[in-house]
Amino acid sequence: MTGRRYFWNRFFENSLAVSAFVSIATLVGIFLLLAVNSWKAFTYIGLGEFFSLNAWNPAAYDTPSYGIGALLLGTALTTLGATVIAAPLGVGMAFFLSEIAPMRLRNLLKPIVELMAAVPSVVMGFTGIVLVGPFLAKVFGLPNGLNALNGSILLAFMALPTVISISEDVVQAVPRAYKEASYALGANRWETLIRVTLPACYSGLLAAIMLGIGRAIGETMTVLMATGNATAMPSGLFSSVRTITATVAIEMGEVPTGTTHYYALFACALVLFLITLSINFAAERVAARLRKRGQ
Amino acid sequence: MRIRTLWMWIGIASLIACALTVAAFMAIMLFDLGKQGIPVLSWEFLTGFPRQGMTAGGIWPAIFGTAVVTLLATLLTAPLGVACAVWLEEYASESILTQLTRAAVRNLAGVPSIVYGLFGLAIFVEGMHMGASILASACTLALLTLPSVIATTEEALRQVPRALREGALALGATRWETTYSVVLPTALPGILTGVILALSRAAGETAPILFTGVAFYTRYLPASPFDEFMALPYHLYILATQHHDPELVRPLAYGTAVALLLLVFLLNLVAFIIRAQYHPKKRL
Repeated sequence: MTGRRYFWNRFFENSLAVSAFVSIATLVGIFLLLAVNSWKAFTYIGLGEFFSLNAWNPAAYDTPSYGIGALLLGTALTTLGATVIAAPLGVGMAFFLSEIAPMRLRNLLKPIVELMAAVPSVVMGFTGIVLVGPFLAKVFGLPNGLNALNGSILLAFMALPTVISISEDVVQAVPRAYKEASYALGANRWETLIRVTLPACYSGLLAAIMLGIGRAIGETMTVLMATGNATAMPSGLFSSVRTITATVAIEMGEVPTGTTHYYALFACALVLFLITLSINFAAERVAARLRKRGQ
Repeated sequence: MRIRTLWMWIGIASLIACALTVAAFMAIMLFDLGKQGIPVLSWEFLTGFPRQGMTAGGIWPAIFGTAVVTLLATLLTAPLGVACAVWLEEYASESILTQLTRAAVRNLAGVPSIVYGLFGLAIFVEGMHMGASILASACTLALLTLPSVIATTEEALRQVPRALREGALALGATRWETTYSVVLPTALPGILTGVILALSRAAGETAPILFTGVAFYTRYLPASPFDEFMALPYHLYILATQHHDPELVRPLAYGTAVALLLLVFLLNLVAFIIRAQYHPKKRL
């Protein structure tokens, strides 16, 4: 009897440990897969050409060219636009939720923010086509509204739930005594907010915004549907752009396995993977510094 | 003094404006989708096949495909994720291995979904010869949702009071018996919430299934896990951008979008209710 109980105890102890390896194996597997396939791509393409501003035209009949400069710029443009929109809105909303809004309103708005996070990216992209696009076309007098700005607006709203909920936690974590001291010195609510609460949570807010950016950079379907997907060098927020994610999504389905083009798409994914990984890593470092200081 | 008060109100007004902007975007989006999409939803739309080159008919195969692939993904990811979290929280002592695992989980959570799609294509579709199929897509979605299942389960396990574990151990239960009959039942609502939210995320994802099994159109419902399938999010993408006459099928696209949103919101509502039921104090 006892023997069997101990056997099961040991059995589960070991088998549970195996499950932990799945996560490690997946992360390492993803990295290795991307690295090996990118390596094959780089034996043909050369790093210099890959990161150049040459056109991205892998399907060209005589001389295919593999420059991801325009695609990187597309990703940078949409993500930057999204950050410029999402950072003030997200932080502002977080301040509103935790410092201004009455309890009832807060309990109403928080589930709405959570619901926003649940909206699938295709539905966001669809909104970009039927709602944001026509709106932009009308306001700015464009032939169509499928451009970088459209993608930025949608990505901003996809990143917002992350930014808002993390920022709110950060603002809530500011010790009450700070605010009380500020009020006692005669500062009003706004002065307390800007001069005491905000400086106390700078790094946390930075981490929140960075995690939001991390989410926006990797987003595929939304930008695929809303930014127009022209591979030409973008000239501004109103030009049609194609991001790295969209390029992989569009071309992977049609390219034959084992061609240079196929491996080049893995190289694109590797670039994307490394960018998101370093953003998340940086955000984590910022957050860790915050935790250490908090104790 | 006056100027200070004026600035205060300007500041507060700008914060209110932020909140209003966010709420307004959400409201306008939902209102537009609802206004155009809800009239499309009919019994025939929800239970019929697409007809006449997708310009008429319904979305039943897409609903069926999404349901099957999402459920299968959850069946794969839930035991694995819970096991990993239990190991991290209940069994393992702090070591390099646990730190590595935690770091891997955190980083996996940030990997873009399209990268999961490529991984699924190379490993499941090509490497394991599953072909473009329900199974390959489900495996890919399972990996995608694994980090969030682990994270929410860990959180739920941390909420279980230490005294419960110590009580069970003091009564002579082994660690596994303690985990299985005391800790897991107590943490169940939290775990369930996490699993349902993972389900909702998997249902809405398109990029991971793009190369691993989703089909433009299938004549029949999939009969085995090795068949291709149709899915709601991909169907919406097709109707919105890839159809030869997007304006003509716009009502169908609206209907599909609303059906997908309803499915996802419903899952979130269930998760919300479970959480509210079992942690009435923690939320407020």
